Amino acid sequence: MKQISLGDRKLAITNIVVAYIAFLIGTFCGLMQVFIRNDALTLPPWLDYYQILTAHGVLLALIFTTYFIFAFLISGMSYSLGAFGPKVRSFSWLGFIVTTAGTILATVEIIAGRASVLYTFYAPLQASGWYYVGLALFVVGTWIYSFALIGHYVKWKKEHKKKLSPLFAYMTISTLILWIIACLGVVATVLFQFIPWAFGWVDTINVELSRSLFWYFGHPLVYFWLLPAYMAWYVVVPKIIGGKVFSDSLARLSFVLFILFSIPVGFHHQLTEPGISSFWKFLQTVLTFMVIIPSLMTAFSMFGTFERTGRLKGASGLFGWLFKLPWKDIRFTSLFIAMFFFIPGGAGGIINASFQLNEVVHNTLWVVGHFHITVGTPVAMTFMGLTFWLIPYLTGRKLTKSIQKLAFIQIITWSIGMLLMSTSQHILGLLGAPRRTAFAGYMDDPSALEWFNGLLSNHVTMAIGGTILFLSAMILIYIVFQTLFFAPKATENERVEFPMAESDLEQTPKYLENWWIWIGIAFALIAFAYTIPLAEMIHHAPPGSSGFKTW
Amino acid sequence: MHFHKFEKIWLGFGIISLVVFLSIIGVTAFAFNHHPSGGMDTIDPDKVEQTAPFDNPGVHQIDDNTYEVIIVAKAFGYDPAEIKVPVGKKVVFKVASTDVTHSFSIAKTNVNMMVVPGQINTKEYTFDKAGQYLVICNEYCGTGHHFMKTTIEVVE
Repeated sequence: MKQISLGDRKLAITNIVVAYIAFLIGTFCGLMQVFIRNDALTLPPWLDYYQILTAHGVLLALIFTTYFIFAFLISGMSYSLGAFGPKVRSFSWLGFIVTTAGTILATVEIIAGRASVLYTFYAPLQASGWYYVGLALFVVGTWIYSFALIGHYVKWKKEHKKKLSPLFAYMTISTLILWIIACLGVVATVLFQFIPWAFGWVDTINVELSRSLFWYFGHPLVYFWLLPAYMAWYVVVPKIIGGKVFSDSLARLSFVLFILFSIPVGFHHQLTEPGISSFWKFLQTVLTFMVIIPSLMTAFSMFGTFERTGRLKGASGLFGWLFKLPWKDIRFTSLFIAMFFFIPGGAGGIINASFQLNEVVHNTLWVVGHFHITVGTPVAMTFMGLTFWLIPYLTGRKLTKSIQKLAFIQIITWSIGMLLMSTSQHILGLLGAPRRTAFAGYMDDPSALEWFNGLLSNHVTMAIGGTILFLSAMILIYIVFQTLFFAPKATENERVEFPMAESDLEQTPKYLENWWIWIGIAFALIAFAYTIPLAEMIHHAPPGSSGFKTW
Repeated sequence: MHFHKFEKIWLGFGIISLVVFLSIIGVTAFAFNHHPSGGMDTIDPDKVEQTAPFDNPGVHQIDDNTYEVIIVAKAFGYDPAEIKVPVGKKVVFKVASTDVTHSFSIAKTNVNMMVVPGQINTKEYTFDKAGQYLVICNEYCGTGHHFMKTTIEVVE
């Protein structure tokens, strides 16, 4: 059994612990929200719905995902390229410290009620300057992490001249490149717009510019969550089902395409706002749709692997391979269900980004439903599935029979809860019910009351879904706790492995690993999609806005 | 690069659907002028209520078939409080904000406008049914966000 070094394990475990602390608090905030909307819960006067909403978004979508992703990447990089050297390790710890300092600072500001601006922090809502400093530190910390991992990779490349890197390492580097380029937008707006404005060094802010820079980052952020899940699907799933990677070059190509097409598309979040001409909105709609290609490639690869492996095991007929899949293995079933949720999730995404259709669903509960069946299920459930073997792998403990049973219950309840809640949210959104509201009765307006009359589209369904989800989250926390501290130690034979499938490098073209080409094309596309509209926003800017604290 | 035969078929199918989707969106956008709300006019966010046309919010008849509705959005309501427009006529909505980002979204219609401070948002719409229409703010704007609403009365 190949093990990774103790130092790297400690680093990964620490990240997982922070991820699940954020998960615990974040899901609790989610539970409170469905009951407040249902009028079953009234908050004490010192606590506000939007404060909880901000915490829910930041802790789950940003903190849980990021820490878990780095835990996964650190383990996989150490496994596939060898133990970290002292420099890489100390830089990784520095990254952890800076990221965590930023997280704590931002969380304190949210709890103190000085930053109820939601995780999108749209100007001219003005949180305390320290909130933005916290966000900046968070991003800088993840950059330090990223550069540590890139350094580890560069060292490996130097020692293995002319060899292609293992698929896991390749995908890690693509993900980090995407992340670093994406963050440039949010760093620019936070450093040059929000911080000087929130501390009073300048009086006003260019709102439209800040929104565009935010969404330049906000969309690829989604792919930063998704790509590690894709890594698990491409590399971990084939190993668990006893097969190989379908096509190494295809997998690499799809990651390159994600770098290219996930960044210059932020305007599709701004289709219904003024200040951007229709032409540029349409151009970015076209670029948004390009991401369908690597998504379809991924879907093909997955089912290709399933079928090929099934047939090697003797399956016959058109769908015989389905029965050869290891359904009793929670490490597989969780990831399969996660992938399955991504089919309606992806289709909903295409609807959101479709130039005119966006008007129907923009800022409605539909978007919330969409978010929960993309990030909340495919991504989060993949991370849960990884947790079931990653923690035992790192701690050397056993995933006992009873914990495996619990894991099944956890995954199934999560699926049911999500299905109920997000279906109800999608329907309510189509009817026009808005998102991000504490209560949607509008003083018993008949049109508003009508929304909630449906069988599925009522507050009760959403609350039942939310409650099931919370119970599921608590089971998960119990599993995490058990496997971290209490499960019995595994003997040499019982140890779980890091499932990393073999991939055939023979037909993989070398240019796929020439990063400068892809970074160059990415910047050319970004320049094409953003230079003129951003320049217009700066040249023809209205007088800026002063800050408002409306909470 | 090596591609499996089925892979080529699948990708071909994907790329063709992509072209079809985008052509439909493009033709409806540029040949039939079906764009989401927007506009490139700017305004001083501190002086909205002193700047024409927002110094006179309300419904104004432009010609026999066109009405203009000028709306000022602010935390947490809309000015004017009462909007009455005729059925079957072209209505041009113009909205601006005096403070934070809001939206002006009419339930059961495709009017869904972001109101970004410093910018004027415009959308044309023709109501084909009379009745009361609920207008809400669907962009988070503060503690009173979920109370920010108005109604449009569409009359025969």
